[in-house]
Amino acid sequence: MLLVQQIVNGLMVGSVYVTVAVAFTLTISILNFLNFTIPTLFMVAGMVGWGLAYFGLPFGLSGPLAWPLALAVGGLASVLCSLLVERFTFRYMRTRHGDSTEHAIPLVSSLGFLLILENLIRIFYGSDSQRFPGPSSDLTAQIGGIFVRIPQLVSFAIVMLLILGLVWMMKSTRIGRGLRAIAENPDAASILGVEPNRIVPVVFMLTGLLCGLAGALFAVNYGEVSPQMGEDIGSKAIAGMVVGGLGSLWGAVAGGIIVGLVEMLTIHFFGADAVQVAVWGALLVTLLMRPQGLFGHNAIGKGKL
Amino acid sequence: MSGYWIGIITILAINIVFAYGIFLAVATGQLNLGGAGFQAIGAYSAAWLSAEMGMPLYVTIPASILVTGLIGFAFAFPILRLKGVYLVLGTFAFAEVVVGIIINSDALGGAMGLPVPDYIDWPVPVAGAVVAALICFYIMSTRLGLVVRAVHDDDVVSDLMGVDVRMVRVAMFALGAGLAGLSGGLYAHAYTYVEVQTFNSALSIYVLLYVLLGGAQTPWGPMVGAAFFTLVPELLRNLLPQMKVAVMSVFGVEGAVTPPDESWRFVLLGVVTVLMMVFRSEGLVTRQLVERLSHPFRRRSSNATQKEAEA
Repeated sequence: MLLVQQIVNGLMVGSVYVTVAVAFTLTISILNFLNFTIPTLFMVAGMVGWGLAYFGLPFGLSGPLAWPLALAVGGLASVLCSLLVERFTFRYMRTRHGDSTEHAIPLVSSLGFLLILENLIRIFYGSDSQRFPGPSSDLTAQIGGIFVRIPQLVSFAIVMLLILGLVWMMKSTRIGRGLRAIAENPDAASILGVEPNRIVPVVFMLTGLLCGLAGALFAVNYGEVSPQMGEDIGSKAIAGMVVGGLGSLWGAVAGGIIVGLVEMLTIHFFGADAVQVAVWGALLVTLLMRPQGLFGHNAIGKGKL
Repeated sequence: MSGYWIGIITILAINIVFAYGIFLAVATGQLNLGGAGFQAIGAYSAAWLSAEMGMPLYVTIPASILVTGLIGFAFAFPILRLKGVYLVLGTFAFAEVVVGIIINSDALGGAMGLPVPDYIDWPVPVAGAVVAALICFYIMSTRLGLVVRAVHDDDVVSDLMGVDVRMVRVAMFALGAGLAGLSGGLYAHAYTYVEVQTFNSALSIYVLLYVLLGGAQTPWGPMVGAAFFTLVPELLRNLLPQMKVAVMSVFGVEGAVTPPDESWRFVLLGVVTVLMMVFRSEGLVTRQLVERLSHPFRRRSSNATQKEAEA
């Protein structure tokens, strides 16, 4: 019974990883860009949400139930930061140099943005972890002897709905078709009338939105935010993305859940210290044995923008 | 020399050795984001040999190079099948696994760390930095250096021309791992204590930034990058409070001003990184710059300028 409980916990923890992993896989599959600001965007949403809820919202909107609004503003902040990152990492990076490390250029500037955003948050909010004044986390439901926290269940449902919507968008809308065209062959796509300058920001907006949502859900579910919260989640989301397969949305979903399960089962069997080895070991083994992951296809990195 | 400057010179020398270790991988077009893992292996092998086995310095430091080089070699064979983003992730995962294993290993002190009995003074790290620089300059000036450059610029064409691309990449990666291990060994003895929290992912990121912002085209790049990013933050430590006083006096605030947060230095590093990538993504020192500086009075023919304009 305890094992079943751990598996359910793993699923619930996994839903946060899934959201961040989907954000990673979206930028990688479409732009061939490993965006290291994603964990920071996640942290920005949580910390800005906390700051607004703690220090009070502007325009006298503060009240006992102001935290959802604060989190929404936090999510908005994360979208804005993401667009800022697009403006300075991706827009000017159209391969000027015939250089095989050129995919490194946006990656390195995203590392720069990681330093900027994380340290700005540290300067303004301090580096301690803070208690988020969300709903009480004692709301639990008992289903056949298994305890499930209601907020976690709700966020799991929200995440799954969002990903269904995202898959539909990528498949059936004009924007989604444009994005897939760019992923496959940017030159041909731009000849055929897809404008990279107008459609690439969409990817970053989605990234910011996903990270904002993940940050908000994390703050509500765990009731604690800190400037370091992105590192742990980010690394597990990367692991989930690789295990599931780079560039596949459902792969990221499966990978995030697998990482959540691995984490909970490792804690159950070996203790908390072994989690890092287990998660990163799973990533390393996947890369060595099956680089395309469980559901990925090996076309990533062919198309360049 | 004051203790302050000795400390700075020691860390500068260690950073230069470390940066050269990453440079050798980057020079073949492989981004190695696992630097902290290799430095940790070097530091812990030196610390363990020194503390538990009572080995002298002239055993522990070569051992740190050898152990890390061998592990790098064994790791490079499978991992260098990967390219681009996959390789970055693979090396990053490697560093995390190394750190995770060290935390869980009681023989290496776990999260507590290991004290190292032998202390080395600043001349030893400086000598290490000089040796590492000489090795890199020598390699890049030989035929192997030419091959490395060819593999970096276009691996498919180099393969067609008969270069064993995989072998070159594995060799340079392993050699680089050895140098990163040397920096770890020097670190262990210079600070007489190793702690696994030092070798975090931020360290891997910083050392890669030293190399890429310094410029990976010539062996001057890592040295300039490491020196710049070690010394400038130290200068900023004194300069930032003065800047804040100046800014505040513009707004009419006089007298005592609380010193600004330490984190501003890292914000500035981030801003410099982003601006460098926008305006000079090849890094501070390029091949062109080195050529121009080494022949300051040579008149450049119109042909050469045209070529530069194209490049």
